[in-house]
Amino acid sequence: MKKIIRVEMVLISIVISMWIFIPAVYGASDAFKENIYKVGALKPVDSKLNVKVGDRAPDFTLPSVSGEKVSLSQYRGKKNVVLSFVPAAWTPVCSDQWPGYNIIKDVFKQNDAILFGITVDNIPTLFAWTNQMGKLWFPVLSDFWPHGAVAKKFGVLRSDGVSERALFVIDKKGTLRYIDVHDINKRPPLEDLVGALEKLKK
Amino acid sequence: MKKIYLTLIVINILVLTLVFPALPANKPPAKGETLPVFNLPIPKSSAEKGYLGLSGDGLFKIPQIKTKVVIVEIYSMYCPYCQKDAPGINELYNLIEKNPDFKNKIKMIGIGAGNTSFEVETYKKTYQVPFPLFPDKDFAIHKACGEVRTPYFIVVKINDDGTHQIVHAQLGNYPGAEPFLEIILKASGLK
Repeated sequence: MKKIIRVEMVLISIVISMWIFIPAVYGASDAFKENIYKVGALKPVDSKLNVKVGDRAPDFTLPSVSGEKVSLSQYRGKKNVVLSFVPAAWTPVCSDQWPGYNIIKDVFKQNDAILFGITVDNIPTLFAWTNQMGKLWFPVLSDFWPHGAVAKKFGVLRSDGVSERALFVIDKKGTLRYIDVHDINKRPPLEDLVGALEKLKK
Repeated sequence: MKKIYLTLIVINILVLTLVFPALPANKPPAKGETLPVFNLPIPKSSAEKGYLGLSGDGLFKIPQIKTKVVIVEIYSMYCPYCQKDAPGINELYNLIEKNPDFKNKIKMIGIGAGNTSFEVETYKKTYQVPFPLFPDKDFAIHKACGEVRTPYFIVVKINDDGTHQIVHAQLGNYPGAEPFLEIILKASGLK
């Protein structure tokens, strides 16, 4: 009898683990054809935050794909800022995160916010990759050299040199108001970010 | 002893239904096949209920839609090609709705692969999508459809006896409203 129960428990756990560990199918847009490199399931978070909600966001200057340099401090007193770190170009979840933000420019505008996409890839890679997404309305910044320096400042650089999938919302005073270091294998639900932006008004 | 076996079987079935709302498939649905088995929630809006010919609450299966042909688009709010095609797909809806010969014979639905309800609503609002869209938050339906790339179109013919078959399926390459309607009419025998 005990044996049957043991076999049953093993079967149930196999079935459940199959569901939990089959990675979800991100990056399935035909826009990327067969160019998405499958990374498999990764350790959900592999870094330790250096900042917390309420802190002043560390300043940085990074080059953007369109050529100009962007500093966080230039938006102080002018705009709320959202930083969207994604791990790497041409990988599954990242490839279908920013195209979603690309169709909600109005939501950012209503909340007087600007969005910056950041990865540790170099500019030519980011140029080719973001071209597949259509025309993005927000600047994409390269944290390539010194490698991942800005990700490191915020504490979202993983041990393999890519960044976490992380969202930071910074208000006009330069204060961090929302942080989501998300499971790298999953896309953060849009409602969480929109909710954080709407809270800025309160 | 028998009782225990029975209990174990029931537990197994329960676990399977909870864990796999729809069974994963290894290839996309193709012409000549039937749809993978999955349920969708009956829309809350009375306009959408009326459009699909459904009533009450709970779940439904696509062949229960009161029509002859259903066009299913598997899309994502995060998919650039789906975004680009969205106005053209709306045009297809308008083309069907304004033609009394097709209005009640062809219906359209969209399934947002990996999209939450909020994301589906965002897409609907952004592109003013006039037909019902359904979230597939955990990719369960997407997996049941062989993890198709998006957008993926499935045209389903519903027979009078309630059976159905896929008469056309295609990945992307949306040719525009009129040519696509022609493809649908030809494949489904409505013309």
